[in-house]
Amino acid sequence: MTIPEINNQSYTYRPGELLPELEGHISRGRFERVLRNGDFAVTAELAPPDSTDRNEVFEQAALFDGFVDAINATDGSGANCHMSSVVVCALLSYIGYSPIMQISCRDKNRIAIQGDLLGAGALSICNVLALTGDDVSVGDHPEAKRVFDLDSISLITLINKIRDEGSFLSGRKITNPPQMFVGTSINPFVPPVESRILQLEKKINAGADFIQTQYCFDMPMLKDFMSKTVDKGLTEKAFFLPGVGTLASVKTARWIKNNVPGVHIPDSIFKRLEGADDQKKEGQKICAELMQQVKEIEGVSGVHIMAYKQEECVAQMVKDSGVLGDRKPWAPKDEY
Amino acid sequence: MYRARLFASRHARAYEVIYNATSPVILSTLRVINKITKGKLDRPITWSEKIIKGFLFDCQMCGNCVLSSTGMACPMNCPKTLRNGPCGGVRENGNCEVKPEMKCVWVEAWSGSAKMKDNLAIQEIQFAVNHSHRGSSAWIRLAKENKQIT
Ligand code: SF4
Repeated sequence: MTIPEINNQSYTYRPGELLPELEGHISRGRFERVLRNGDFAVTAELAPPDSTDRNEVFEQAALFDGFVDAINATDGSGANCHMSSVVVCALLSYIGYSPIMQISCRDKNRIAIQGDLLGAGALSICNVLALTGDDVSVGDHPEAKRVFDLDSISLITLINKIRDEGSFLSGRKITNPPQMFVGTSINPFVPPVESRILQLEKKINAGADFIQTQYCFDMPMLKDFMSKTVDKGLTEKAFFLPGVGTLASVKTARWIKNNVPGVHIPDSIFKRLEGADDQKKEGQKICAELMQQVKEIEGVSGVHIMAYKQEECVAQMVKDSGVLGDRKPWAPKDEY
Repeated sequence: MYRARLFASRHARAYEVIYNATSPVILSTLRVINKITKGKLDRPITWSEKIIKGFLFDCQMCGNCVLSSTGMACPMNCPKTLRNGPCGGVRENGNCEVKPEMKCVWVEAWSGSAKMKDNLAIQEIQFAVNHSHRGSSAWIRLAKENKQIT
């Protein structure tokens, strides 16, 4: 694929076009359309580069072409420094992709976040994911000051307020407020599970439109969580995209189990990885199977893939899983 | 004090009763004092609030007190100062992601709230702290605004 230049001849910057307004839709982005249409959506996480080369962003995004509906740009994930999520989304939006801009409450206060939301709106970014954020102590700048001026629920409230009331928190009017489709995350595996449902309910009441979860490796646990969610009527109010991931080896699996709080990997997966000749391949096979199983669960609207450092395998895994049926998500190749 | 704080959420029901009984008294007393002294005693009052709530709840004097909505566990002791429930990092044993030796404030809050009569208060959305109230007395502010302690 030839990557279109940002500076065209007249040196004007054309952000991706918005879709026409549609009844019953919040945003004018493609991701919401896919979900409301009842199609099984696939989202994938892009790791923003440690570089100023925008081609690194484009190359990573191109790996997902035709297999992913929306791309999450992480915001300093793991409290490590990378290219900012606003800018990654701006680049993606320019090409026409449907980016999901992650906002972590760790690094920005309410003034900075509201400014970013307006900027994102100007760049046709239609989706945001409100996150609390990992603590600075786990990242590469443990000496940094934590902000946490807002928490994820306050952030969801804020984005809804800007959108629906057309004003900043201060009450000052915004002409053309950003029409954001708001998501948030939940970790179904953190004890106690009963309280997790309460937390989820609170997030949805605050105005979350879609939910992407932390890694799910334990399907029975996820099923149990989802059936409670369905019983509470929460799947009527928000779209659910459980998160799946790839495990490159038993070693990585063990590391994740011991170091990433709230990720539950069942023994059966360890056994499968241990018994495999090619652990990496087996990890991908497991991931594709998890996608199939996720799709079967009641109340689920899609799947969110976090394949850190294995982005090049995402397309193949989606293909192998067959979760898209014969639907092909939008890709820039079709346009240029 | 950490132990007093754990005690508070473990006995949240009793604290709720005491809290509900004493807070109107505290507030009306403060209203009277305020009328007579015209705010001259604000500093010693703030200081006493800090000592009392500091001992009982490890109060951080955010000036936006929500104790009775958070199972008597002060959310400002969460390293991320989350006011609406825990982050995704709570450990398997219920301890905090950032401070592994401490119980997650929200695990305490949830178990405290479950013991309380008003166990739905924790589901109310608490918008972010008003930082301009930091270090000031929540009691005096509520007394002046003629509101109740929540
Ligand atoms: S684990 Fe609990 S106390 Fe620790 S940062 Fe997260 S929410 Fe706060």
